[in-house]
Amino acid sequence: MPTKIAVKDLRKGFPTEQGHLPVIDDVSFEVADGEFVAIVGPSGCGKSTLLNVIAGFDPPDRGSVTVDGSLATGPSSKRILMPQQGSVFPWLTVQQNLMFGLNGHAPGNREQIADHYAAIVGLKGFEMSYPHELSGGMLKRAELARALVVKPEVLYMDEPFSALDALMSLRMRKELLRILAEERHTVVLVTHDVEEAIHLADRILVLSARPTRIQMSFEVPFAHPRTLSSPAAQGLKEAVLRELGV
Amino acid sequence: MSKLQLVLPSLAVIAVLLTVWWLAVVLTGSAIFPTPWQVVTGTLELAREGTLWDDIGASLMRVATGFLLAVSIAVPLGLWMGWVKGAFSTLNPLFQMLRPISPIAWIPIAILWFGVGNESPIFLIFISSVFPMVVQTTAGVHTIERRYLRAAENFGVSRYTLFRRVIIPAVLPQIIVGMRIGLGVAWLVVVAAEMIALRSGLGYLIIDSRNAGNRYDLVIGGMVIIGIIGLSLDGMMRLLEGLRTVRWRYAH
Ligand SMILES: Nc1ncnc2c1ncn2[C@@H]1O[C@H](COP(=O)(O)OP(=O)(O)OP(=O)(O)O)[C@@H](O)[C@H]1O
Ligand SMILES: [Mg+2]
Repeated sequence: MPTKIAVKDLRKGFPTEQGHLPVIDDVSFEVADGEFVAIVGPSGCGKSTLLNVIAGFDPPDRGSVTVDGSLATGPSSKRILMPQQGSVFPWLTVQQNLMFGLNGHAPGNREQIADHYAAIVGLKGFEMSYPHELSGGMLKRAELARALVVKPEVLYMDEPFSALDALMSLRMRKELLRILAEERHTVVLVTHDVEEAIHLADRILVLSARPTRIQMSFEVPFAHPRTLSSPAAQGLKEAVLRELGV
Repeated sequence: MSKLQLVLPSLAVIAVLLTVWWLAVVLTGSAIFPTPWQVVTGTLELAREGTLWDDIGASLMRVATGFLLAVSIAVPLGLWMGWVKGAFSTLNPLFQMLRPISPIAWIPIAILWFGVGNESPIFLIFISSVFPMVVQTTAGVHTIERRYLRAAENFGVSRYTLFRRVIIPAVLPQIIVGMRIGLGVAWLVVVAAEMIALRSGLGYLIIDSRNAGNRYDLVIGGMVIIGIIGLSLDGMMRLLEGLRTVRWRYAH
């Protein structure tokens, strides 16, 4: 598989009242086309910062992000970021949110496409609802659907399922895998849930505490659908947790 | 709680107040100050035979004209100032200085520029309601959360879509708050302006009733009508807060 995303020698810090706060300390990795990479790390280590830089919203202090061989210096509609706090527009209905990124389609067509994706994530019947009328889980699904509608080459997901209960989170993961099997996206997923990473990813990067570096990389060699209770999966989980110091 | 139970206490307060008022007038035997009942009969008489409806119409027309003029200037100006840093740093100090000047202080200038016709109060209403609306709209743009702007940027939409689907709806709740404040101030100002410079309107009705024979029943009647209309205007603005597209902001 050709390389889709290449992150090289990335450094990032923030100016604070107490002086410069180094957050990312020299991170390099590559993501192959169609690959699913999960990033785990302790809370506050800089996962969101890293994803924001890679998605082009914050400039790195040093280093570069290359996509398909050319320098990526800003966001692009080919690479959609689903931020940790969510970004579904509260003033638009679910349908209007899903249609938001659809340019160059006939108006009737746009509604059809939006409703199609609403159905895919299980929001059929809620197309005309406003976000504050939805549950937390439905909101996350709307966020996912809005990203999928524009058929992005890359999805950057920042803890997309973390606010959900265990059952809902499991359902969303299965849903995501089903969608990814149909439409090959390259995915970088930030999560603090090791099981989620093992369930979804082809590879897991473990970050160190802040200022963060890549501490370890694990291949996830299991075929889908995966059983997390298998001894091999449990072994991998323990190995990752050990890296995290648990 | 039922609606009746909610309004009952305030109705009771009003009833007590009316009784105290009535007793005070009767006990002191005042020749000038009217009883509540005299206010009612005087106002009814004015409504039947006098100029009450014309005065209400005149005041409302002035407020509507000045207020709509202010909205049509304040909203685009506020959006522009909120979006363009240079516009904000250039104009904001000026507006902050003009804002605390009471609209009443503008009356002499209004008369000098526009005379004693309809233009003067319309100008005053414009002046008084335009600043709060500019300030609210600008603040509305400034408080749009970055994650929404980033999402819009991420999808690479046109400037038109950005304004139509993100900026305007995000600011709309604040614009409505500004309109409520602006209309409230406008209604205060129109009465004051009509008392000083005009020959029609509810403000003029009050001043004229006093000057032409101490008709305090009509003075108080005019005041009550001003209160009721002000309340209804605010109620209309509150209806805007119930629009589905802005409820996200007011829903807790
Ligand atoms: N804009 C900013 N200005 C200053 N400091 C920041 C900024 N953004 C993040 N930081 C700091 O950088 C560090 C990493 O933050 P970040 O949000 O990337 O962590 P995270 O790994 O995503 O944490 P979590 O798992 O809790 O989401 C934190 O110490 C935070 O205070
Ligand atoms: Mg984070």
